[in-house]
Amino acid sequence: MEYKDYYQILGVEKSATQDEIKRAYRKLARKYHPDISSETEAEAHFKEVGEAYEVLKDPEKRVAYDQLGKNWKTGQSGFQPPPDWNEGFEFHGGGFTGGDSADFSDFFESLFGQRAAGAHRSSRAGQQRGFQVRGQDSHARVFIELEDAYHGATRVLTLQSTELGADGRPHIRPRTLNVKIPKGLKEGQTIRLQGQGSPGYGDAKAGDLYLEIGFNPHSLYKVNGHDVSLELPITPWEAALGATIQVPTPSGKVELKVPPGSSSGKRMRLKGRGIPAPTRGDFYVTLEVVLAQKQSEKEKSLYQALQQEAVHFNPRANLGV
Amino acid sequence: MTKQELFSAVIITDDEVISLAELCRSCALSAEQILPIIEYGIIEPLPTSRNSIVHWQFSADCVPRMQMAIRLQRDLDINLAGTALALELLDELKTLRQRVAALQRD
Repeated sequence: MEYKDYYQILGVEKSATQDEIKRAYRKLARKYHPDISSETEAEAHFKEVGEAYEVLKDPEKRVAYDQLGKNWKTGQSGFQPPPDWNEGFEFHGGGFTGGDSADFSDFFESLFGQRAAGAHRSSRAGQQRGFQVRGQDSHARVFIELEDAYHGATRVLTLQSTELGADGRPHIRPRTLNVKIPKGLKEGQTIRLQGQGSPGYGDAKAGDLYLEIGFNPHSLYKVNGHDVSLELPITPWEAALGATIQVPTPSGKVELKVPPGSSSGKRMRLKGRGIPAPTRGDFYVTLEVVLAQKQSEKEKSLYQALQQEAVHFNPRANLGV
Repeated sequence: MTKQELFSAVIITDDEVISLAELCRSCALSAEQILPIIEYGIIEPLPTSRNSIVHWQFSADCVPRMQMAIRLQRDLDINLAGTALALELLDELKTLRQRVAALQRD
């Protein structure tokens, strides 16, 4: 087991006052709250910070922890608390941080016990044994590919859920769910899995699981609601003469008719080729005229001929030059 | 539960409607706890049902939003006014981030 330096986690000195600890915790909790933070691993940080605060905010636990931690450094493994380490200390349960204290580390549990971590949870939920209360709904986030929104997908999700064990205490149980994600989703939309939230108490039904959908960025397409867009490179002669061009879409290749005299930036719509929701999104193509990086002598002379021929054309006429 | 079992998810749309009782159950809160949250405008009953509390109905979208409000309040020790403000700012941040992401891909 790894020794955890709770002071380092909160970024405070060992001599910090209780007020300093509280301030440091509040600041970090805001920074790493999974609903707010855009930091990677925000959730793991948030739990770690909550665990550190759980110990350091309670003067009894803090003193015990300080006694124990004298000779240990953070991350050092092989940690085992001495069998009688907490002799002479009495823990009064105290208040618990609102965070999911049931998720605290093994290190915490080896020191303060499952009972300590669980006290909070069971006070909220445990007394309901014998009653029948439908379980709470749970919430998670899942990222899908744009193609999944077109065709639907199955995803394997691993969720941490807390359950009341036979001993009446909450236990964490990771569970794997095979989820069928329907097609037609847009970014930020929520889907629901009936009966996959927290288990009910007594014989009551479990709550529902809500999944918020995010899209992984796509290398070709941009997504806006149910509409999808693509930038399509075309040659100058395709733009000038018009052409029928093959265009990739997430639902397969389509032929697009580019009208003669199309300029860069021209936006064309393929109706109903966006994400297949009940009101289907559209697919937009923005044309981009592209030139080869190097021109041969022959090509150059053809462009020169064009230049002489099209001498009347001034694309900057309305700029007054 | 076997790992092979496949669960189908349902899309929650704006037109799916739930009652106050269902909202309470989903968020594991009592109606008394939910009322102040509504008073602060964190969620709102549907306009068509606003006249009487007995008939209140909510868009099913409200459930994840409520849950987020509860987590913020609980974890960060903020009051309802602060929670409402945080949620509004987070909405705005989300819209701006999406716009930045779209621009960066241009």
